[in-house]
Amino acid sequence: MVPETYYTMLSAILFSIGVVGVLVRRNPLVIFMSIELMLNAANLALVAFGARFGAADAQVLVFFVMTVAAAEVAVGLAIIVAIFRLRRRLSVDDLSLMRW
Amino acid sequence: MDAALLPLAPLVVVAGTTVVLILLDLLPPRTSKVHLGVVALVGIVATLVSALFLWGRAGRAFSGVVVLDNFALFFDVVICYAVALVLLLSLDYLRRNGMERGEYYILVLFATLGMLLMAHAADLIVIFLALELMSLSLYVLAGFFQARLTAAESAMKYFLLGAFATGFFVYGIALIYGAAGTTALDRVGAALGSATRDPLLLIGLGLLLVGFGFKISSVPFHMWAPDVYEGAPTSVAALIATGSKAAGFAGLLRVLLSTFRGAQPDWTALLWVLAVLTMTVGNVVAIAQSNLKRMLAYSSIAHVGYMLVGVVAGGPLGAGGVLFYLLVYSFATAGAFGVILLLERGRQEAVNQDDYGGLAARHPVLALTLALFLLSLIGMPPTAGFAGKFYLFGAAVRSGYIWLAVIAVLNSAVAAYYYLRVIVYMYMRDQEGVPTEPAPSFAGRLALGIALWGVFQLGLMPAPVLDLAQAAVAPLLR
Repeated sequence: MVPETYYTMLSAILFSIGVVGVLVRRNPLVIFMSIELMLNAANLALVAFGARFGAADAQVLVFFVMTVAAAEVAVGLAIIVAIFRLRRRLSVDDLSLMRW
Repeated sequence: MDAALLPLAPLVVVAGTTVVLILLDLLPPRTSKVHLGVVALVGIVATLVSALFLWGRAGRAFSGVVVLDNFALFFDVVICYAVALVLLLSLDYLRRNGMERGEYYILVLFATLGMLLMAHAADLIVIFLALELMSLSLYVLAGFFQARLTAAESAMKYFLLGAFATGFFVYGIALIYGAAGTTALDRVGAALGSATRDPLLLIGLGLLLVGFGFKISSVPFHMWAPDVYEGAPTSVAALIATGSKAAGFAGLLRVLLSTFRGAQPDWTALLWVLAVLTMTVGNVVAIAQSNLKRMLAYSSIAHVGYMLVGVVAGGPLGAGGVLFYLLVYSFATAGAFGVILLLERGRQEAVNQDDYGGLAARHPVLALTLALFLLSLIGMPPTAGFAGKFYLFGAAVRSGYIWLAVIAVLNSAVAAYYYLRVIVYMYMRDQEGVPTEPAPSFAGRLALGIALWGVFQLGLMPAPVLDLAQAAVAPLLR
């Protein structure tokens, strides 16, 4: 049996990779994937903690997070497509019409 | 209504109205959607009435994850006022911009439902769902004028940064669950009381604060606000500045004052720094703005700083002061955005300072209205802004945060500069070229009238509402 700390450590590492991904990547799609990684790291942590307490409410929360993430994908991809239609290019460096 | 659903009455009314709107949108007429706006408005007023009617009652629903108390009801009232003003302003604004669509009102009501749910949440899961319901609707609304590059850009920035903050928020919930074994707010509080400074719990709280900090746009999570306010439709900017900020404070206050009261020394030290940074950065950068919507964005950041002063001060005076200030701030900010929204210069929205030159000579009433809203934001007596700031900073002094109060007052003095600059433009400059003209919108003027009434009602007779605000925070501090 794998100890619970392994799962929580893995989730912390995944979360950090997600945060770094958001900060260093320039393509909105990749940034968005990194955000999904952060959410799923949280899901992993929730499941691991749920196993520790032997309670189902963490698993329930995971389902909520997954559903919300799906809704977020729908809205996010629509916004990204809208930008792409107007610009024909996809980089967050181009989002510079408004500054300071 | 079923007795079990009674605590949810405001939420049920908004949800019901939203469903009705979705159905109405499918029916003719297809060209004009004003009737949807009117129905939405009726729903919001009914919500407001139900919240006032329920005042003083307490209860829980859905296994205790949704709570009814005066705290939630006070926020219901603030949010309903803000949304009602926004709806009134939108009726004509959408038509003028050729974007009269039914989705707009549906999304506004979904966002409202999220805001109200946030105020009523007694469980971290519900706070998360409410936050997302509100945010996802607002991301779409921010990019509602989809053919404009600035709108798409503002939606993208709002979405990416908002989703980033959501990631932190969810991870914070996971860590708090890991430490406390529950997501119910009161049981987390009980776990905190027994645990001797569990680091997992404190890190979890820190991550939650990142999520809330983003929603209320406190420094250093404020970078999205000016761009989103500038690019989004002005009515949506007003909604984000008032309603979503109130909802963010509802969640923040409930989590901090009730659940994490045991860790008060820890978060007070952190919020002290955030409050000073938020008001200083907001006010200093606002000076450099010539676009009024951006200026109001930075001003709203500064006002969040003032409200954080009240959170730091704590107790019924500080927290009650925050609730009172939210109401005051919502009236003045929604009003200021409302004047901007009504004014046009050569088919363009009048957002630059130059567009306001000589406005007082040609449209004295409208210029005076904007001037009064700006004076309230400065905090001049007898407007509501003075009473709000007086109670907030007074609470800080009584709790012993003298320096914080001094910094806040100095900041208010700096703020006077950029608000008065607009008034100087209106009253002492002339305009060259195409004149700025207001749109003939009765609903818009009605909204400005209500906001103006609020600014003076709360300014001349603040005591009754302040008593209500202090009664509202009492259940949290027990």
